[in-house]
Amino acid sequence: MSLVPGLEHWFILSTLFFAIGLYGVLSRRSAVGVLIGVELMLNSTALNFVIFNRYLATPFLDGAVMMIFVIAVAAAEAVLAMAIFVQIFRSRHSVDISTMTEMRY
Amino acid sequence: MDAGFAYAWLVPALPLLSFAIVGLFIAPRSRQAAGLVATASVLAATVIAVIIAAQYYVAFPSGGDAIIAWSFAWLEYAPGLTATIGVLLDPISVLLLVVVTVVSLLVHIYSLGYMADDPGSGRYFTFLNLFTFSMLGLVVAPNILQMFICWELVGVSSFLLIGYYYQKPSAVAASKKAFIVTRFADVFFLIGILLLGYQGFQVAATVGVPDGMQVFDFLFLTAPSTVGALGDASLLTIAMVLVFIGAAGKSAMFPLHIWLPDAMEGPTPVSALIHAATMVVAGIYLVARLFPAFAGSADALSVAMIVGAFTCLFAAVIACTQNDIKRVLAFSTLSQLGYMMFALGVATLASPLGYAASLFHLFTHAFFKALLFLGAGAVIHAVHSNSIWEMGGLARRMPVTHVTFLIATLAIAGLPPLAGFFSKDLILAAALVNHHPVVFAVGLLVAALTAFYMGRIYIVAFLGKARSDSAEKAHEASPVMLAPLLILAVLSLGAGFIPVTEFVGLPSDSGHDHHGPAWLPYVATAAGLAGLLIAWVIYRRPTEGEAEATGWRVVLQRQFYSNEVYLFVTKRIIFPFVSAPIAWFDRHVVDGAVNLTGNLTRWSGIVLSRLQTGQLQTYATWFVGGVVVIGLLFWWWVR
Amino acid sequence: MGGPVTWLVILPLITALAILAVSSNRTHVFRWVALVGTGLHLLLTGFVTWQYWVQASRDGATTGDGLFTKLYLVERVPWFESLGIQYLVGVDGVSVAMIILTSIVIFCGVLVSWHVVERAKEFFALLLILVTGVFGVFVSFDLFLFFIFYELAVLPMYLLIGIWGTGPKEYSAMKLTIMLMASSALILVGILALHHGAPVPTFDLTQLAQHSYPLAFQSWVFPVIFIGFGVIGALYPFHTWSPDGHASAPTAVSMLHAGVLMKLGGYGALRVGIYLLPEGAKEWALVFMILTTINILYGALAAIRQKDLKYFTAYSSVSHCGFVLFGLVALNSIGIQGAVIQMFSHGIMTALFFALIGMVYGRTHTRMIPEMGGLGVRIPWLAACFYIGGLASLGLPGLFGFVAESHVFLGGFFGNPWIDTTLTRTLTIIATLSIVVTAVYVLRGLGTVFQGPLDEARFGHLTDATLTERLGSGILVAVLAIGGLVPFLFLDLISPSLVPFVERLGDALIRLGVL
Repeated sequence: MSLVPGLEHWFILSTLFFAIGLYGVLSRRSAVGVLIGVELMLNSTALNFVIFNRYLATPFLDGAVMMIFVIAVAAAEAVLAMAIFVQIFRSRHSVDISTMTEMRY
Repeated sequence: MDAGFAYAWLVPALPLLSFAIVGLFIAPRSRQAAGLVATASVLAATVIAVIIAAQYYVAFPSGGDAIIAWSFAWLEYAPGLTATIGVLLDPISVLLLVVVTVVSLLVHIYSLGYMADDPGSGRYFTFLNLFTFSMLGLVVAPNILQMFICWELVGVSSFLLIGYYYQKPSAVAASKKAFIVTRFADVFFLIGILLLGYQGFQVAATVGVPDGMQVFDFLFLTAPSTVGALGDASLLTIAMVLVFIGAAGKSAMFPLHIWLPDAMEGPTPVSALIHAATMVVAGIYLVARLFPAFAGSADALSVAMIVGAFTCLFAAVIACTQNDIKRVLAFSTLSQLGYMMFALGVATLASPLGYAASLFHLFTHAFFKALLFLGAGAVIHAVHSNSIWEMGGLARRMPVTHVTFLIATLAIAGLPPLAGFFSKDLILAAALVNHHPVVFAVGLLVAALTAFYMGRIYIVAFLGKARSDSAEKAHEASPVMLAPLLILAVLSLGAGFIPVTEFVGLPSDSGHDHHGPAWLPYVATAAGLAGLLIAWVIYRRPTEGEAEATGWRVVLQRQFYSNEVYLFVTKRIIFPFVSAPIAWFDRHVVDGAVNLTGNLTRWSGIVLSRLQTGQLQTYATWFVGGVVVIGLLFWWWVR
Repeated sequence: MGGPVTWLVILPLITALAILAVSSNRTHVFRWVALVGTGLHLLLTGFVTWQYWVQASRDGATTGDGLFTKLYLVERVPWFESLGIQYLVGVDGVSVAMIILTSIVIFCGVLVSWHVVERAKEFFALLLILVTGVFGVFVSFDLFLFFIFYELAVLPMYLLIGIWGTGPKEYSAMKLTIMLMASSALILVGILALHHGAPVPTFDLTQLAQHSYPLAFQSWVFPVIFIGFGVIGALYPFHTWSPDGHASAPTAVSMLHAGVLMKLGGYGALRVGIYLLPEGAKEWALVFMILTTINILYGALAAIRQKDLKYFTAYSSVSHCGFVLFGLVALNSIGIQGAVIQMFSHGIMTALFFALIGMVYGRTHTRMIPEMGGLGVRIPWLAACFYIGGLASLGLPGLFGFVAESHVFLGGFFGNPWIDTTLTRTLTIIATLSIVVTAVYVLRGLGTVFQGPLDEARFGHLTDATLTERLGSGILVAVLAIGGLVPFLFLDLISPSLVPFVERLGDALIRLGVL
């Protein structure tokens, strides 16, 4: 029994990341917590790109490039989200998303 | 097409032209001019009609061929199914042309005096022209569709003229009633036409149509091959009964008679023209037109005979109790129409005496009944009342009217040598010759009743002393009104000597007995005299009025409650139990379903919007759950 | 640039834009713009009719059979070629008839709306946009284009009723729009199915007509299309938008709507339904014949009970539109011819009715029949026109209604080889009863309003029609009379164009003789 991790182990890891992120998105009341969950989910997909690249298309780097895209998008998204949170905090003095129901109708 | 008569289209066209010109341009400006132009156009039409009659009579002295004098394709429904507009000249249409134009002309002239003070008389003459055109178009119709077209047009002119005093609720109601009742009958006529058109088309497809004829043409429909084919399809009786119902509506046969007495709400000259002399005989004319087809079905003719005889008796009995002079005359018209109808009903192709007799009576009746109405109009004009119990003693104050009215009374009572005697005698003979003793008995009884009720109104209105102030002050009508009375009086005296029966004889006539038994004229005259005598005995004393009707006389006076029955059916059954539920059903059930759909959509929207909490995480949870479910389904499906 | 038919469609649009360009303060200017625009349109219609007549009769003379069945004045421009969508307009006899109808009605509609005050500019502009759609439908021979114009015709109705209407106008406008939208969904489904089922991807009606769809296909697409068009043609039981809609709509809109828009239903059912799917039509004819018989009689009976003049006329329209659909599903040349004539005559007649109701309402400020009486003394012109319209609606010979109704009855009675003739005859006989019911409600209604004693205190001051009103109603009355007196002119125009429809049905024209 070798300790070298295989494809399935990496998959379990990325699935765990995704599930933890999803749990965070669905359960955190703080907007920042939700954002962290989203980041976790994004990163789990990024990880998937790397894994597939490594195991299924070794000579190429497409997956790694996609991962860099994802990181860039995630960074931009985090900046935008944080800016929105700051604006919300300024007007409401809270970023508890369970109170944010104004856009219901 | 016979070039010799091509100008015949002018007869209906002149009143039509005048209708358009007078209605659009003259009537709004000058009512006097309207009256004169309208009358002039009818005068021209009359002259042409008389020339046609003379020419036709010279060409065919003893009954003759049918000539399509002029026609053109008006409406092509499908190849081989064309409605033409044209002019058919045959003995009966020529006869009717003369009757209609002459009576119409006299009524136009009379109306110049009668309506002189009426501010709306421009409208009146417009409608009168429309009627004259429609009636002439009906008379010369070469096909059943033109007949129907003009049939409806005379109906609407009658409607317009009955409702001429349109601010009077009773006149409005009467005009509606007249139109709707006849319209109801017309539905059957229309169905009959559809049936004839359809079957005729089938016959035409197999046998072929003779040259220059159309499926709807009377000449085609009454041709032996068509009648035979209809009979083979066992549709002849039903088609003829349907057409007969239409005819019965226009000719006010029981039970469709209820509109005619009310139609007396119109101006009296209108009653004379439309509801006595011309329009109401259209039904008789239609049956006569289609007589060879009717003769193919003994049942259809029996229906005509029974309905005619019953109406004849029924109306005569009611006429004996009415107090309104025009209503008496209206019921008398009904009764006389019954005569004509049963005369047609007793005739057969082999022994068509009744056919000729019916048309003869139509001819004579037009004159003396128009005279009676115009005379009554002169009286009403003078007395300002319709009730005979407010007249009396008018013989001295209105001598000319009196004499002419008396002539007409004797004519309708059937006393020789006046016009009514000859035609009525012939009808009774026809009933005997064709072995219908019951019908003969009814005819004889009605002859006596006719003499009685006519004697009654004559005696009460003209003899004795005045029963009201206005009757006291009554004075003779103007010359323009008297001239038509005199002309009609002459015609009532002499029309019986015109050999109409020779003229309109059918070619199928096998030379049966044309005269009936020798005792018949004496019996018929005796019946008439007896009726007059009884009237004299009862009404000779100058009473103030008749005692209030009681018992069975109420029933008679209320015309056996036939109006009430109709009112009950329409007002109490059709409107509340058919029409109202449909209107309700539409608003609440059909439209309710529509609103229900709308409301369901709205409610489901309201219910579903509860799911929309605004909580981002709720949405996300639903979303994830949905993805998981879809993923599982997909997995299950792929597996 | 563009042939006459294109101009026919865009002229109303240009007029609408011209009206919008005028300042809203200058109230009488845009009235005149609208009148001149619609007047020009009337002239252009005359030109198109004349062109059609000349070209078609020349062809008829050369082919020798006297029939001219093609499309004329065709303009064809590819649009989305990959989907087979093109701008294809042209006219045949039926289109020409409908165009004439629409031009007359809109011209008269502008005349009788002369005194609309509130937001008159937008009113006229929307009216003309609606008319653009209507013309587009009548000249389009590409189903996609047809549908676009159809939607264009239906949508402005919402605003026109919702803004300028009376009574529960929001409700009525909403109901009308939603029901008509639902029907256009059905039509869209049908059109897409036709496109999908065609051997080559095309929306071109003339090409689709070359194709025979399989029976199973026809038997489900036909009812979808027929009901879709039936809703706007007031097919029972989908007619209930019409009384509310008509009652709430302003005069000119009622005129256009009942007069022209409801005809889109009959026109579409003929052009798309029966023409492309003859086998489906045969299969479903009996069902729709029963429904339309109900239409005819039910509308008439319901009209007896109506107190409001507009509801009265609206139910009468339901009854008369029933004649259109009844004639169509008789599936023979006489019935279809009758349906087209009825579309025209009813369009004119009902436009006349609604115009007159508007004029009467403008004077009496009530539409309730029992409140009026004896108005004929004060407003004889309106009374006379109303009576002529009423007589036309009860099928009086000499007016246009009779020509149409006699065709429809004969068509129904002759029936077709695909339904038991006993059934069609029975249904026709039931339908003929409507002529007496119509007489009852017309005479009762008009008698109450115009005859009898006049309430001097309330209505003594009324004045008769103004010049524009006389012109508007006079034109409509004249058309009714001309159509009734010389129907052969109209028949010559439409009947050759009906031959292809009947031929696709299996030449019922010939089969009639051997039933």
